[in-house]
Order: sequence, then C-alpha cells, then structure tokens
Amino acid sequence: MTAAVDIAGVVKRFGDTTALAGIDATIEAGRLTGLVGPDGAGKTTLMRMMAALMAPTEGSIRTAGCDVVADAERVHALTGYMPQRFGLYEDLSVIENLRLYASLHGVGEDEGIDTTFERLLHFTRLEPFKARLAGRLSGGMKQKLGLACALMAKPDVLLLDEPSVGVDPVSRQELWAMVQSLKADGMAIVWSTSYLDEAERCDAVLLLNDGKLEYAGPPAALTSRLEGRSFLIGGVTEGRRQMLAEALERPEVCDGVIQGDAIRVVLRPDGNRSNLDGLAGQYGGCIEAVTPRFEDAFIDLLGGGPGGHSVIAEKMPPVTIPMHVAVSSEHLTKRFGTFTATDDVSFDVGKGEIFGLLGPNGAGKSTTFKMLCGLLKPTAGNATIVGHDLRHAPSEAKVQLGYMAQKFSLYGLLSVRQNLEFFAGVYGLQRPLRRERIDEMIETFELERYLGQSPNELPLGYKQRLALACSLMHRPAVLFLDEPTSGVDPITRREFWMHINALVRRGVTVLVTTHFMDEAEYCDRVALMYQAKLIALDTPDQLKARTATAEHPAPTMEDAFIRLIQAADAEGRAAA
Amino acid sequence: MSSKPATAGFSARRLSALVRKESLQVVRDPSAMLIAFALPVLLLFLFAYAVSLDVKGVRLGVVLESDTAAAQSLAAAFAATRYFEILPARDRREVAPRLVASEIRGFVVIPQDFERRLRSRTEPLIQVVTDGSQPNTANFVAGYAEGVVSSWLVARGGARNAGVMPLRIEPRFWFNPEIETRRFLIPGAIAIVMTMIGTMLTALVVAREWERGTMEAVMSTPAGIVEILAGKLAPYFGLGIVATLGCALISILLFDVPLRGSWAALLLLSCSFLVPALGQGLLISTLARNQFVAAQIALLSGFLPALLLSGFIFEIDSMPAIIRVVTYIIPARHFVSSLQTVFLAGNVWSVFLPSILAMLAIGSVFLGITARKSRKSLDT
Repeated sequence: MTAAVDIAGVVKRFGDTTALAGIDATIEAGRLTGLVGPDGAGKTTLMRMMAALMAPTEGSIRTAGCDVVADAERVHALTGYMPQRFGLYEDLSVIENLRLYASLHGVGEDEGIDTTFERLLHFTRLEPFKARLAGRLSGGMKQKLGLACALMAKPDVLLLDEPSVGVDPVSRQELWAMVQSLKADGMAIVWSTSYLDEAERCDAVLLLNDGKLEYAGPPAALTSRLEGRSFLIGGVTEGRRQMLAEALERPEVCDGVIQGDAIRVVLRPDGNRSNLDGLAGQYGGCIEAVTPRFEDAFIDLLGGGPGGHSVIAEKMPPVTIPMHVAVSSEHLTKRFGTFTATDDVSFDVGKGEIFGLLGPNGAGKSTTFKMLCGLLKPTAGNATIVGHDLRHAPSEAKVQLGYMAQKFSLYGLLSVRQNLEFFAGVYGLQRPLRRERIDEMIETFELERYLGQSPNELPLGYKQRLALACSLMHRPAVLFLDEPTSGVDPITRREFWMHINALVRRGVTVLVTTHFMDEAEYCDRVALMYQAKLIALDTPDQLKARTATAEHPAPTMEDAFIRLIQAADAEGRAAA
Repeated sequence: MSSKPATAGFSARRLSALVRKESLQVVRDPSAMLIAFALPVLLLFLFAYAVSLDVKGVRLGVVLESDTAAAQSLAAAFAATRYFEILPARDRREVAPRLVASEIRGFVVIPQDFERRLRSRTEPLIQVVTDGSQPNTANFVAGYAEGVVSSWLVARGGARNAGVMPLRIEPRFWFNPEIETRRFLIPGAIAIVMTMIGTMLTALVVAREWERGTMEAVMSTPAGIVEILAGKLAPYFGLGIVATLGCALISILLFDVPLRGSWAALLLLSCSFLVPALGQGLLISTLARNQFVAAQIALLSGFLPALLLSGFIFEIDSMPAIIRVVTYIIPARHFVSSLQTVFLAGNVWSVFLPSILAMLAIGSVFLGITARKSRKSLDT
C-alpha cells in the first residue's frame, strides 16, 4: 500500500478561528476513505487543502506524491475533485459540461475523446440525458455528472466533498457502488460525509470533530471497542421515552436513543449490564446485545451523550387538548402551475405523537409541512390543528402551533434577548406574561450568559436551544420542526431530542421532517413521501418489517426506504 | 499509473473551452441577455425622453391687468411660444393658489401701468413669479419669460421704428445647434450602458461562479489563473462591443444623433473603455464572492460615478475643484467626453488620445491589482 495523501501536522486558521488543529493522517491508494464529521468539523477545509486549493497554515500535505503548496499545478493534474453541489454549469448540457472539463484537463488529445465520454456516460448511466441542461437534472443525476467530470482525467486521487447531500437514498446507493468499483484501478477515493451510517461502509475513516482528528483507521476497529456495550431494549409497550430518560440519567449509561419500538443503549466501558436489566424489567422490556454502530462509537469517543433530564419538561404544564387527533391533513394538494408538489395527502397525527415526514429532496415534504402550519395555501384539501380549520380559523390554529424553521431562522443582528422578545411579541404574548415567559426560557435553556450576544456567535447547541425556546414561548400544543438537526454533531442532536422527548411526555405533539434515516426511527410513525404522494405510513418497525425478505431479514430504515420507493416506481410503471 | 500531460504554461485549448463555456452561458442566461440587450435599449429610451433638460410646454399663468393693445400683444406673445402653456387670468389672486398647488410653474403679471412703464424704458415691464422649490424649472421660466419680453420688444421696435436696436445679439451654438439635450445625453448614455455590461455583468458572473461552487471545480483542474480570467474577459469584451454598436445604431437611426466622427474611432474608444470597465468588474469579483455584494459594489463604484461624475448629466466644469480632480480617475469621464466628441464634433484626435491613454492607464491599474490578488487558491 502506498500513501496517496500524506497529511503531516496540518493546522489551518482563518483569522482567529482555528478550522483544523494539528491533523496527522495518511490516505491509502486503492481504498475508499471516509472523511467523517458534523458540519463545521473541518472536512471541507481539509478537502480543499488536499485538492491544492488552499494552503495549510502549518504543516504540509502531499497529494499523489506532490506538495500541495509547492507543486499545486501537478496536484491539480493528478486529482479529481468534486466540490459540494458538484461544480456543474447549470446552463450547460451534460455533454457540454463533460467537454469543458475534458478540455480543462487536457483529456482526449492522444486518446479518442468520444470513447472517454462514452465510457463515462455509460459508467454513470447518463447516456439518455446527454443533451439535457445540467440544471434540469435531478440531484442524483447531477451528482453522477459531477463524478464523471471529476473522473475525466483518470485521477490518482478522487476527492468527493459531501457527494450525498441532497441526493435521494436510491441514487446514493448507486453512487456508492460506482465509487467502490473505481478502487480496483488503484485509485484513492476520499468521500466526505456527515452521515455516520455512510462511515461504516468505508474501508477507512478519518473522524473529525471540531477541527480535531478523533479517530483514523477502519471503522470496524472503532466499533469493535464497543463490543458487548450496545444493547437494544425491546418489548416496552408503554412509556419508552420515559424509560429512555431514566436510562440516560444512570451513571453507567453512555448513550441512548429511541430506535423504532425499542431503545438503544450504550454502556460506559466499566458499565454494569445488570442495572440496565433491572430498568428493562420495570418497564416489562427484554434486553438483547446488538452489534455496535459507528454512531455509538462516535458518541463514546466524545465522552458520552447528555443526560435524560430536561428542565423544560418540568416547567411546561401538561398540554390538555380535548381531542385525540392533534393535526389532520385532509386531501392536501398543492400545485405550482402545472407542477404538483403535493398530491392528495391525508393523515392524522395523534395527540402526543412524534410524527415524521420522510422523503427525498423534492418529494413534497416541505410543501406539505408548510401547508400544515399555514405558511402555504393548499390548492385543494384542508388541514386542521387541534380542531381549528386552517382555512377558516387560521389565527386560532396558529396560536396552537410552534414552528422551528430549517437552519433555526434566528435574527443575527438582534441579540439573544431581543430574539426572545421579538418572538414573544410575534406570538402575541402580553406584557406581564411576556416578561415571565422570557425569563422562564432564559432560565430553562441556560441562556443567561449569552443574552447580549448575537445568535450567530453562539455555539451550535445553544443556537438550537434558542430556536427551540423561541418556538415554545407561547406554549403551543403542536410543534413543527423542519429538518431540525441537519448537519449538527450527534451530541447536540441527542440533546435536542432529549428536550423533544420530554415535551412529548408532556403531551406536546411533534411533526418533524428529516433526511436522517436514524432520526426517522425516533418517530412514533413515519409518513414516506415520494413524487408528491404519500406512499407509506406506519411505525418505523412496521415499515422495516414490510420490506423484509428472505435474503434481508433485518433491513435498515434506509433499506426499507429504498425498497418502498422502488415498489412505488414499479407500481407507477405498471399503471402507465 | 498513466503518465500525465504537463500542465505548466498556457493552453489555447483550455482558453477556448472556457470562452465557449462562458459564451454559451451568456446566450442561455436570460438575466445576462437582459442586462446586455434589453437594459441598454431601455436606458437609451429613458435618457432620450425622460431625462430631457429642455423645457417645453411649461404651464404658466399670465395675469393681464392692463387692457391696452400693447399689453394684449405681449400676452399673445407668451401664448405663441412653444415653451409655455398659458393659463390666462385677470387677477393674480386667481393664479397664486395654483402656483402653491404646483398646478403651474410660475406666472407673469402685466401690470396696470404697463403703457407707462413701456414708455419710461427704465422700470421693469412685468413681474415674474416662479416656483422656487424647483430651482431648475424656475430658472428656465424666468429666463424664457425674459426672452419672450425682449423678442417682443425687438419685434415691436422693428415694426415701429427700425434702428432703435442698433446691436442684435444672436447666439450661435456649435455642435448642437438646437441645444437639444438629447444630442449630448445619448452618447453619454452609451457610457452608462457599457459600465453596466463591463463592470456589473462581469462582477456578477464571477461572483455567481463562486456561489455555485463552479469556480472551485475549475480551479481544481490544470487550467491556469490567466486562462480562467481571460476566459471570463473575452466574451464580455465581445458582448460590450456588440452592445455599443447596437446603441450607436439606435442613437443614429432613432434619435437622430449624428455620428460626425468615424466608426473606427468609435470602436477604438469603446475597446479602450472596456479595459477599465472589465478590469473593475474583475477586481470587484475578487473582493466579493457573492452576487448581492458584487452588485452593490458595482453599483456604488461603477454605475453611480459613471452617472454623476462623468459629465454625462452634470457638467464637470461647474463642480468644485476637488471633485473635478476626482473625476479624472473615473474611466467613464474620459469615455463620455470622447463619445460626445466623436458623435457631435468628429474625429478630434487631440481629445481622443489623452482619453484613450487615461482609460488604458486606469484599466491597467485595475487589472494589475486583480492579477496580484487572484491566485489559484480559495484562501482569501
């Protein structure tokens, strides 16, 4: 094995902030190496330095044997780099993009250029779309075209920066297979991702967190450290969120999450299983040892997740609404011109339920979501929130709901306190009550020391707390969360869900959109959307069970998702 | 591993691929076409019709307090001129409120003792009241009203006793005999249009490449920075020239602006102006990597100075000395004066050459800074 990339003592600073703090690692040829970590961990910075697009502040990097500073041009010739969002010209067709990159790479002067294009188009299965503008391709096809452009010069090192963001699981799986097949030629492939389930499938991983390299090596070696520490407690029919909260408070428990109908618990290295057995017994559950996942190992590496105790749940009075159905979607349809974004979607969400909307980009989940919280007027159909019709009594309905938008939507030019005051005002809280609620939120979410700062300066976890505080100020019965944990690190994500679980125990109903498959498993029920239609609605475990086959008796959530989509496609073809 | 082609040096193939890419993008991007073709036409029409500095058909009250023949004849003279639209009145109290309400721009009073004043030849004949809240129009009204009176006097004198006026002043305006502002506004407007295309469009398209991540992708290929920059400049240079020629044709055919100089001189001037305009656009794009900021900077540093400090609308000679000095670093200033010369005067090389040199000098400063600042790197 030869080192395709050699990273020695690399530090990268931007002004006062340190993006990477001393990284030493090697990436080997003929292997798929995952560069794994949450947003802001330093993945893209490291990628750009390996591609000789940035210079390290300290230390050195040799890519394909060439120094990225002294010999940048040679590095450019020897690497293929696909930036985030694929680096394609949207006004150019597929073949025009290929031609451009072929010329830039000097490909085809000796070898017949058409054979190169044919090979790449065949490899990526883009032949039928040769003349289509890149901007009109789906996320998955853009990703493949980006890959084809990066592969143009048969690079020694292929650098793919977050290739799976915004791409549906089916395309993701296809790309994965394509990239795997490239290893045979001795190509070194670096794949950066914030999805921890992808890390598990790499030959080796570099795990980054907050600019530091937490682990380097094969993923199995990391997970094997947790052998005998991961457990699944199943058969808990009532109060599994309560049980999770209790489990997380135990000193021997390192991490725990809801996984479908069961609870996944990871013990600390010296943790004793017998206490856990006792807890499981209390709730009538049965405990079984399971194979550790990469995410378990990551949390363990970071010193364990947060506890299960949420102050907010204690402060929040139980939500009492006089009906069982908190949110109801009745034949919701939304058309933009001739394009149908949401097509006849109906479902009911029970009081105190966590309801997940899952689907690839463009499947219509955001549109449906926006209609449910009154941000978008449906073309047909109707939605009710706690019995209030959004069409006829929109203000009554809106008082009942709290909304947390993607990327938190806080005002960066206002201080934390001003943000709280603004949202209290927006939700129509009157003076004395407003003061009281704001103080309560400051205390509950421990925002005191950040009050004068801009939300932009807050650590991610506190930003998330503030966003949640703003949406809870008026004590809504229903909480809408739009991609609440996209790109945040797993610890922050755990903390967030700890609050959500606590709120649900208080009777709050939660609707959430997500593209994290494991996050879907935190939900009580999941609605799967595909091409504007609701194609499946069930508990996570039932969805998995529905797609189990003889060869695959225990599919993951992602497997289930892919099979259900493929089934919908087959049905669509049969109907056509 | 296969042997890789050498990457050093300049490759005509890479450059032509980049130029081709950029041209395809321009043709397919509706917003680029809008800025390059629709906007210039719109601006030309705007400057030709809306920004006229001439006064025609200004509403003016004429208060006739005297009934003598002479007074009647002067009132008729006011009514006859195309500069005014007359609102006749008998009492100033009828028109004063209408001036306050901005329904008229001013009024003249032909007083009761008009005959006496006419004979005395020392006292002012009439009173002119104008709307001081619109100083420009007020000046025009006062000036034209005086003009009407003096030509009425001349005509009257000529009829009664020729020789009362031994000296007649007849102003003659060179280059623009009718002093139609359109004539000198339109050549100036071409400079504004070229600033939009050169600076604004270039800054925007480079910022867009940063935003969409394509700049990053192109930089990761063996293409050199010179090729990348030249690949950006060439298509917009061509586009700028096409737009200039288009604007010139519209000016000549539609707005009757004469082209007294040669097309070759016009082309040479335009090419010289595009160097600083594009250079400024590129410089902005190296500083601002998103389209919003790029547009703001281009507007403030390119469009506004070109509009305000180029002598296009506001005469440079009437600016304070320090501002006059500042105008010399505005490339549009040199372009506007040469354009007005090439259209209205002819090929005056003593005007063109210093302007061309100035434009090229400013352009090379912009390009020099850009070249120093641009490396093939994402580090800022």
